[in-house]
Amino acid sequence: MRIIIGTDIIVKLLKDTKNTTLFGYPGGAIMPFYDRIYGDADIRLILVRHEQSAGHAADGFARASGRLGVCVTTSGPGATNLVTALANAYYDSSPVLAFSGQVSTRLIGNDAFQEADVVGCTMAVTKQNYQVKDVNNLGRVFKEAIYIATTGRPGPVFIDLPRDVQGAECTIPDPIPEKVELASYNPRVFSKGAALQIKRALDILFKAQYPVIIAGGGVALANASKELEEVVNLLRIPVVYTLMGKGVISDDHPYVLGMIGMHGRKRSNFAVSEADAILALGTRFSDRITGDLSQFPGQPSAKVIHVDIDTAEIGKNVPVDVPIVADLKLALQEFLEQVKRRLADAKNGVLSSWWYKYIKELKESSGIPDASRPGKTGRIIPEKIMFELNKILQTDDIVVTEVGQAQMYSAHYLNIRKPRTWISSGGLGTMGFGFPAGIGAKVAKPDSQVWVVAGDGSFQMNLHELATVKQHDIKINIIVVNNQYLGMVRQWQELLHEKRYSYTCLGCKDGRYFPDFVKLADAYGLEGVRVDKPEQVAGALAQASRSDGTFVVEIMVEPESNILPMLQPGGSLNTFYSRRREQKSIYDWYCRLPRTEAEQRGYKVERIKKEEDDVAVFFEDES
Amino acid sequence: MTSENQQVCIGMLVYDHPGVMMKVTGMFARRGFNISSISVGHSERPGFSRITIMAEGDQATIEQIIKQLHKLIDIVKVQHLEPSRTTMRESALVKVLVKDNNTRQEIMTLVDIYTGRVIDVTSKTMTLEIVGTQRKVDSFIELISEIANIKEIARSGVLALYRGEETITLD
Ligand SMILES: Cc1ncc(C[n+]2csc(CCOP(=O)(O)OP(=O)(O)O)c2C)c(N)n1
Ligand SMILES: [Mg+2]
Repeated sequence: MRIIIGTDIIVKLLKDTKNTTLFGYPGGAIMPFYDRIYGDADIRLILVRHEQSAGHAADGFARASGRLGVCVTTSGPGATNLVTALANAYYDSSPVLAFSGQVSTRLIGNDAFQEADVVGCTMAVTKQNYQVKDVNNLGRVFKEAIYIATTGRPGPVFIDLPRDVQGAECTIPDPIPEKVELASYNPRVFSKGAALQIKRALDILFKAQYPVIIAGGGVALANASKELEEVVNLLRIPVVYTLMGKGVISDDHPYVLGMIGMHGRKRSNFAVSEADAILALGTRFSDRITGDLSQFPGQPSAKVIHVDIDTAEIGKNVPVDVPIVADLKLALQEFLEQVKRRLADAKNGVLSSWWYKYIKELKESSGIPDASRPGKTGRIIPEKIMFELNKILQTDDIVVTEVGQAQMYSAHYLNIRKPRTWISSGGLGTMGFGFPAGIGAKVAKPDSQVWVVAGDGSFQMNLHELATVKQHDIKINIIVVNNQYLGMVRQWQELLHEKRYSYTCLGCKDGRYFPDFVKLADAYGLEGVRVDKPEQVAGALAQASRSDGTFVVEIMVEPESNILPMLQPGGSLNTFYSRRREQKSIYDWYCRLPRTEAEQRGYKVERIKKEEDDVAVFFEDES
Repeated sequence: MTSENQQVCIGMLVYDHPGVMMKVTGMFARRGFNISSISVGHSERPGFSRITIMAEGDQATIEQIIKQLHKLIDIVKVQHLEPSRTTMRESALVKVLVKDNNTRQEIMTLVDIYTGRVIDVTSKTMTLEIVGTQRKVDSFIELISEIANIKEIARSGVLALYRGEETITLD
């Protein structure tokens, strides 16, 4: 292909790097690019219905595939509509390349029609951004952008592309440089120093009585799940994960306790609260994970080992005893080697068997509750949906969530078995992310079933994408968990604001509700079904998975169900609200762990109080 | 882990692109870090600028500032310039109102002691130039303010280089 003008360079680079699936929406300033790809059989562009969705879809594509997601929009409103999606990708470290048109260079700065300072707007929410004013730089910039987005700690990169530059002729012979040369950017991978630190880390872990691994989304980003599982099996260390880390190790694994943090499981928060050594992998210790920082870790003497590719995350929130800056895959490979060497020689000591046996029993004693009973007002309780979904969820199925209670129910209860099959907006918590991200995931993985678990509020943020899935024949199963509330906010109002439900009800005063999501699906030529009895849930989900096209299952749930436990905002990891809206300590459920071997011998696992039936809705007979 | 607040000097070599200053100052603003002074200019190498920032914070904050600066892709080099290994200078121009000859004399004496210069004189004003460490500039301004009415001050921000052979350059 001979390179003549700007858009040729872009197309050539996209093809060379095999990034030929795009999500976008056209407009005046990006028309040269859209014209260039017209009829190009090697490029597939999914036309969405709002630029925010183009960004989220590219993000979902990236998360499901582990590759770059690309989106392309017009200038001004087209570009500003991308900002939320870029921020979302930024806070969850997702490799996205976004480019949008801009007014021609001679008009820049004149407040021309549909001119916006998008480089300014996106500065704080991208890993890097550019405006290209000279077509001879275009190749270098695009190449750099792809490199930056996909290496080191991944993230979104934005390119502002004036209309005239897209059509301008190159005046240099090789507008695409062979290599990216960036003196300022050296994504660190692994060093000798890291190997030494890993030795120190293992000194700690081998001495620890109650070590715990906190697995974050970084494990998935580094494609290090296999290594993680091997390390866990060898060291027999229990694992808890962050919202972003769900799926990096199978929920079925006997040492995997579940999510931690503000909406974490009791047993997970308990394990972290009692741990005397924490191995944190690819997590940034966000406030949602640690609770009150002054009380984290729960045992003040606990040693913290933190492995992350981003130096700035280490020590940012939690003081660290052993910092390890490294690519997690390489770090875990080194862990494995060293662990094997240590275990081969008995004089290095033997791992205590007490802890992992305890953890196994702990896990077995608290499963997902049977939730076939209807709730207080006779409606389905959300746990029921999770229970039924778990039964049909295949290992390669992808679950994508919106934001709110439905997201947290999913995070708690769904059994996710593989990395990149759990996609959820963590850092930004963007309502409206799930559905378009689900589209991206399905486009990336056409052979997997994609389940979007959406609250009724979140789904309404980008529901116009029903047109997109219809037009492009994309099959997704959408579960609308309809409580007719902005449920998560309502829950906070219930627990923290004396039930003053200020502007969180989405239904009519007389109890009627809208929209009718099934009719809505119908309006877009899609199938759907409404479910209001527990016994109908399983059938509806099966029907969805069997249908040829996108299918909407609207499930009417108990309006005032709560996802519990929930930490008090700002509270410590071991205090939370119980289903009776009382503040409880984790030690109301679990006995403190014995600190000597003698105590361990006398400690009967039966002494563990059973995890309270976690179903948090008030049943009729007990309100 | 909280320690006392301290002033630190950070030297940077950055690409000379439009918007780079915005990225640097934006990062400070966004994360709530304080800049007490900033100075920018061309470096020894075409295409690269040198930025010197004085920032304030406790140990952990300063560590974060430097790590976050490292992450900005337009910044090629970042170093914490420790005072013991660094020479630092700031300059200031100070315009004072002078009512009588007596004050004028006093000011001249002070300027002399501080090895400053008078760079502009009118019947009512004098503009003084002073170069030195930040402390020296501070104390000069304070003393001047005790004897005359300061009308206007322009400070350059701190400039700094390592002593000896150490540098913040691209090798
Ligand atoms: C774009 C956006 N706006 C507002 C919020 C604040 N918020 C968080 S959860 C939530 C309610 C979500 O309601 P819904 O989607 O119905 O889910 P539910 O909690 O009821 O399951 C709101 C408003 C947000 N996270 N994102
Ligand atoms: Mg809702």
